[in-house]
Amino acid sequence: MLSTPALVLAMMLFSLGLVGLLSRRNILYMLLSLEIMLNAASLAFIAGGARWGQVDGEIMFLFILTLAAAEVSVALGIVLQLSYRFHTLDVDAFSEMKG
Amino acid sequence: MISLLWLIPALPLAGFLVLALFGGRFTRQQVAWVGCGSVGTAAFTTALVGWEFFQGFPDHESYHQTLWNWIDTSGLTVGVSWYLDALSLLMVAVITGIGFLIHLYSAEYMAGDEGYARFFAYMNLFVAAMLTLVLADNLLLLYLGWEGVGLCSYLLIGFWYREPEYGTAAQKAFIVTRIGDTAFAIGLFILFTQLKSLSIQQVQSLATEAWPVGSNLATIVAVLFLIGAVGKSAQLPLQVWLPDAMAGPTPVSALIHAATMVTAGVYLIARMHHLFALAPLVQEVIAVIGLATLLLAATSALVQQDIKRVLAYSTMSQIGYMFLALGVGAWSAALFHFLTHSCFKALLFLAAGSVIKSLHHEQNIFWMGGLRRHLPWTFWTFLIGAAAMSGIPLITSGFYSKDWILWSVWSSPLSHRWIWYGALLGAMLTGLYSFRLIFRVFFGEVRTQPTGEPGLAMRVPLVVLAFLALTVGFLEMPHTLGNVTLFSQYLSHALPTMELLPGMDESSETREQLAVTVSALLGIGLAAILFLPGSNFSRRGADLSTGRPLVTLLQSGWGFDRLYDRACVRPWFLLTRNPGELLDRGYEWLTVGAESCHRWMSHTQTGHVRWYAATVVVGTLVLLGLFAM
Repeated sequence: MLSTPALVLAMMLFSLGLVGLLSRRNILYMLLSLEIMLNAASLAFIAGGARWGQVDGEIMFLFILTLAAAEVSVALGIVLQLSYRFHTLDVDAFSEMKG
Repeated sequence: MISLLWLIPALPLAGFLVLALFGGRFTRQQVAWVGCGSVGTAAFTTALVGWEFFQGFPDHESYHQTLWNWIDTSGLTVGVSWYLDALSLLMVAVITGIGFLIHLYSAEYMAGDEGYARFFAYMNLFVAAMLTLVLADNLLLLYLGWEGVGLCSYLLIGFWYREPEYGTAAQKAFIVTRIGDTAFAIGLFILFTQLKSLSIQQVQSLATEAWPVGSNLATIVAVLFLIGAVGKSAQLPLQVWLPDAMAGPTPVSALIHAATMVTAGVYLIARMHHLFALAPLVQEVIAVIGLATLLLAATSALVQQDIKRVLAYSTMSQIGYMFLALGVGAWSAALFHFLTHSCFKALLFLAAGSVIKSLHHEQNIFWMGGLRRHLPWTFWTFLIGAAAMSGIPLITSGFYSKDWILWSVWSSPLSHRWIWYGALLGAMLTGLYSFRLIFRVFFGEVRTQPTGEPGLAMRVPLVVLAFLALTVGFLEMPHTLGNVTLFSQYLSHALPTMELLPGMDESSETREQLAVTVSALLGIGLAAILFLPGSNFSRRGADLSTGRPLVTLLQSGWGFDRLYDRACVRPWFLLTRNPGELLDRGYEWLTVGAESCHRWMSHTQTGHVRWYAATVVVGTLVLLGLFAM
């Protein structure tokens, strides 16, 4: 079956993204990692849809695509504001919300 | 015309609202016009309503008016509705009529006071609340008025709030009467849960059907209502607030603590007489309470040094007579004494106010004396009031009402002979303390120079009330003297008439009247021997008010204040102080625990996005692991 290698690929992509998210300190790279994780999830949906011969997986992919576009536009705005305010893209410098 | 009934309580309420909202901007004259005018028009409306009521009187015994529904839920409908019958019309007439005279008097008496508008606002509110109380058709509305008059009493006792003592007196009055009010409220709850109604007329007919005479529920409810009445009317054992309530301005004492509010208890018992008829035991208790209070207060009045405290104790004593009459089933006699008492006691307070004002707020009778020639108006009106209170025969109203009560006590099947002897002793003491006041204040040498007679606005109420104190008694005269029964016939449409014991004829009534007359005159004669300046006893410089142990006991009103202080106030403070802290300890641990938890949890909130992401991952892994298992 085609779906098993696709799922393995999705898992690898997801783990890569996760590791990138946790290890990177540059906020732009963190966003990139997030996008990779989203795409990994989409791939898993597509594989699932193909496996069961259903269109739902592809619909979910479209939703995730839309969500990713919206997320990127908002996140980039925040990144711009952060770089204006702190003159850096290092996330560890933004700890104003410490409880 | 009779449909104007709603205006009677509404007018003083409107007066209160106007004075409370705009009183600060009015001149003193405008304030006096609004304050007196609202009560005056209410009195005028009462006259109109009363006129129409009498037109169709014996056929239409009562008139009912519903304005709107106050509370309307399933099972409980309470309307703002008024009920006018012979009893409530009598109360309304006294409240608005005497209330108007006292307002007129206050317009001059309070003239120099900075809280002029506030005073009239409170007084108007009081009149409105009192009218609500007596006109209410259901017990909940009655309770509203009952609490309203309590509030106004509190506000007016503490009217001069800059003196801490007056504030304390106001709180004392409020808290002590609250004990009675709580019992009254519990009584209402029981009535409602048992009979599903709060309408005064309906609830009583239901109770008469549902409960046999002497049944437990009827007795419990009657006792609770009695405790409420006892608190409001300053009877034993909740009487301690009334002497201290004299801290308020004198017109307040005249209106609230003599003529109207303190008789609300008498009204309540008379209004609920069907209920009390179901509890003969409670009726006997009422008579005993009345007798005990009248003797206790009369003996205390003998030795007081403050003119207003003498009058306060005399009020307690006279209300004791009313309770005594209620207790033996002489409902009309109690209400008749209420009528005459509110005339002569209001008169006595107003005349005392005139004395106090002319002596620069001196209230100690040992600094008074010889005012007879300086204040002739005050003297004569005060003399008439004191004569009516001590019951000088034939010419004063107090004689007719007190004689009726004593005759009822003598001839009632519910009474005992020893109660009558006690009441007779009380009549003698009344003469003694009333004329002690007269001889101390108006005879002898001048000790404090008076400033002169009061003006017209104070003199007119004095004269009108003096006239009433002499003549109101002619509404009802005994069989042996004139046989006028206007009052008892009138009230027989609202209250049952008393049955006499067998064997009570005119000769026994004459003998009884002679005894009353002799005891009153004996008291006055004794007062003349003891206190008239120039008599042997008083030349030796003696008075009952010098400090012997018994006198000190009497001066403190039989030491009830100290008893309550020891028995209730101090144990309570002790309870709140020491074990209270122990209880607090538990709550303190609770707050300490919450605070340390908070400190521990807030460490996780680092503010670092990567830390949050990592916790999300770990959390997800834990959840997945749980599902996998």
